[in-house]
Amino acid sequence: MLLLDLIILLFAGGALAWWSESRSAKAPRWLALAFLSLGLLYLLGGVMQIPEQQFSLIPQPDNPQTWLLHYRVDWIPRFGINFELAMDGLSLILVTLTLLLGGVAVVSSWDEISFRPGFFQANLLWTLAGVVGVFLAMDLFLFFLFWEVMLVPMYLLIAIWGHEQKAFASMKFFLFTQFSGLLLLLAILVLASIHANNSGSYSFSYFDLLGTAMSPQLGFWVMLGFFIAFTVKLPAFPFHTWLPDAHTQAPTAGSVILAGILLKTGAYGLLRFTIPLFPQASVDFAPVAMALGAASVIYGAVLAFAQTDFKRLVAYSSVSHMGFVLLGLYAWNILAVQGAVMQMVAHGLSTAALFMTAGALQQRLHTRDMRRMGGLWHNMPRMGATAMFFALASLGLPGLGNFVGEFLVLVGLFAVNPWLAVIAAIGLITAAVYALIMMQHAFQGTPDPQRQLTDYGPREMAAMGVLIIGLLWLGLYPQPVLDVAQPVLESLLAGGAP
Amino acid sequence: MNLAAMQGLLPLLVLGLGAAVLMLQISIRRQLGWSYAITVATLLLGAAAMEPAMQVAPLQVTPLLRVDNLGLFFGSLFCLSGAVTAVISRDYLRSREGENEEYFLLLLLSTLGAVILAYSTHVAALLLGLELLSVALYALIAYPERGTLPLEAAIKYLVLSGAASATLLFGFALIYAALGSLEYAEIAVQISAGRAATSPALILMGAAMVFAGLGFKLSVVPFHMWTPDVYEGAPAPISGFLAGVSKGAVFIAVLRWFLESGFFQYSSLLAGITLLSIASILVGNLLALLQTNVKRILAYSSIAHLGYLLIVLVAAGVSPEPGLAVEAGGYYVVAYVITTLAAFSLLGLISRQSGDREYDQLSDLAGLFWKQPGLAALFTVALLSLAGIPLTAGFIGKFYLISAGVDAALWGLLAALVIGSAIGIFYYLRIIYTMTTVGEQANPGTTADMLVGSRLVVYLLIFAMLYLGIVPEPLMGYLRTIL
Repeated sequence: MLLLDLIILLFAGGALAWWSESRSAKAPRWLALAFLSLGLLYLLGGVMQIPEQQFSLIPQPDNPQTWLLHYRVDWIPRFGINFELAMDGLSLILVTLTLLLGGVAVVSSWDEISFRPGFFQANLLWTLAGVVGVFLAMDLFLFFLFWEVMLVPMYLLIAIWGHEQKAFASMKFFLFTQFSGLLLLLAILVLASIHANNSGSYSFSYFDLLGTAMSPQLGFWVMLGFFIAFTVKLPAFPFHTWLPDAHTQAPTAGSVILAGILLKTGAYGLLRFTIPLFPQASVDFAPVAMALGAASVIYGAVLAFAQTDFKRLVAYSSVSHMGFVLLGLYAWNILAVQGAVMQMVAHGLSTAALFMTAGALQQRLHTRDMRRMGGLWHNMPRMGATAMFFALASLGLPGLGNFVGEFLVLVGLFAVNPWLAVIAAIGLITAAVYALIMMQHAFQGTPDPQRQLTDYGPREMAAMGVLIIGLLWLGLYPQPVLDVAQPVLESLLAGGAP
Repeated sequence: MNLAAMQGLLPLLVLGLGAAVLMLQISIRRQLGWSYAITVATLLLGAAAMEPAMQVAPLQVTPLLRVDNLGLFFGSLFCLSGAVTAVISRDYLRSREGENEEYFLLLLLSTLGAVILAYSTHVAALLLGLELLSVALYALIAYPERGTLPLEAAIKYLVLSGAASATLLFGFALIYAALGSLEYAEIAVQISAGRAATSPALILMGAAMVFAGLGFKLSVVPFHMWTPDVYEGAPAPISGFLAGVSKGAVFIAVLRWFLESGFFQYSSLLAGITLLSIASILVGNLLALLQTNVKRILAYSSIAHLGYLLIVLVAAGVSPEPGLAVEAGGYYVVAYVITTLAAFSLLGLISRQSGDREYDQLSDLAGLFWKQPGLAALFTVALLSLAGIPLTAGFIGKFYLISAGVDAALWGLLAALVIGSAIGIFYYLRIIYTMTTVGEQANPGTTADMLVGSRLVVYLLIFAMLYLGIVPEPLMGYLRTIL
């Protein structure tokens, strides 16, 4: 029930925030923050009650009782579709990240939105509800439903509250994800149809569809449908072109959840569905996928280096970082996959902070062009210091979360494909180049004496503080996160082993 | 005609009687309020008459009509859709003074034609229903005759529809010449008895001509030319009726004809339908991209949607177990009719006081989201449903279609469906985006003076689209029992 409540809570919170708009312009953001905190507390409170040994239990695909939480009711018996939610360690990590970054997003857009603030917060919360649903759904029909549900409010966020090219960017975002979504739907239905032919009855349950026998040729095409849908979202080269536009044009809160959370749904989809459902096809396809991952790492970094727009730079750096995730997933050993999960969480935190910085700069300077910045550290020391911290995190400084993720991915990858590991490692150097260039252009140099800028206040510092603590924790003592994910990943690896 | 037959035909009798009463009322005293009330009451009673009729189903009444659950279900759907059109028309006609009583009479007759189509099991009944539906529509399209656009639309529809009917008749004549029967079941018997083998060319030619004639009514490519012009010229509620009810009824009639007379056995016919389907999907979606008139966008989108629906015919023909395909077709028709009505209702409602021209340009919708949230919500849900986004009826319809296509392994058609839907997103989103912009355009009225009936219909349509998208099982289960 907890899982269902969580999704309902977010939906209801959104509706309430929308309604409160007519009462007071300030009420929606407080309501949104309250509902997100409530959701987080509710989730953590519920998880506390689960007995300790359940966490070390390896979740069995055929026995939902071994999962942390499981909820299921009949929905459309005609097609064997159930409303089935389940949580294991992996989903727990990602849902917690979602709620946490949701709160950060609300804080980051605290006084940015003056047009229809209630509807804004409503869309924000509905997107988050969709994302939480994606991380919890264990029925492929339901998964697809949430996959699309998170799309529409996100589209509205960009289309209504975006920057100068919002029409183009929001359309591109929707078209890319929708087209790949249709491929996903087709692939899901083919898979379900194969299962129905094998077993005589329709089912969309993840637990039933695992291990569906099919001809290698058909399996490859169906796998490709899943793969494309998730790599578009991830995004990996060559499907990444929607991302710089969408991220750049989105309002700050939109960029934060887009980069922080929505991208992770793609990685989650690969890890949870694509590889375990099609083990053989995935093994055959792994070299291609890893090559795409390595290409993303290098290509994203090179393009990030060439940007003059602060937000675009951060957006391309996401392509580069998510390339590591793709590499880690398809290296498919415990170290690399652990690294991919760690990278997902760390990248969520660090990129969220960088997009917040970009949003704060835009709010103060009314530009994102780094050529018109410079010397801002002098004007805003607190902002400069935090930006420095996250730039260092982004370039993979040891002691912070991103380093742990990238390091584990590279170690795991080296065992599988040393040459790709070497190429990907170059990405660490290029990351240093673009992150430091960004700091130099924006925050160092001679300050403009005319400029009067307000530094971060307590609200912004609080949000930044949470993210800093999170990254330090992940970097210095990552073991708890690794422990929570371990049993899940072992079970996935065992199921999808070549 | 015994009592059971009367009971089975009750919906038709109610509609016929209602039309007669309405005619009397108009001849005694012209009063729009009364005409409207009689129409809506008749249509609702007609829908309710399904219940007693169902008790005698299935029942063949004369060789022409069969009372079965399929016909009754869709008959009542068309009655309800007619009622929705009537309610919206009432609001739409308020600012268009004139002798509008006959408008409702024509609407009633047109609905009667649609219901007959759903019952028909004989070529004569098919033609009867089709002509009743169309002839009333010729007049309805030009009813408010302000300016040349409606007249042009009506003439165009009249002439082309006449040509299509002639083709259709000729096709039936050829089939009759080859097989000697006009009754669906009898045709199927003749075909399976091998009589078709003596003159296959004649039958194929006949079937192709029948498809051309019916394809015109369904506006599938290449018989689609009239659609955008007619939809643009007709009053918005009538465009909705034309796109929703008229096409839905013809599709149900085609489905029956195709399945019950056994024509699905001809693989060359299936290949032809496949081509028409792919062409409709691609042409409809691509041309919709170029439009700036919302009615024309919806017209092209309806061409594409009929292209999707044709997949059902191919799937039913190819797959050994046509149940799933027919079920998918049924669900899709329900979702499509409701969604189309909703979309055109919005255009009718915002054009209540628009004077000479309707608010049907894309720019007229600018800022609708903030000015009239209720109506904008209706349109948004309808567009998302047309685009096939989850939680709406359209998504379940598309889901069904894809499963039927996968079941029959129609990869080419599925590819067209995926590509077409992706293109479709673009123009549906463009409308939604325009509604969210803050426009300084002509303000399309306010919601305040909307009639209670229209308000109710708006909420009902939103509810229906969401309900069918979130809780599809009851309708799925029901369709399963009747198909």
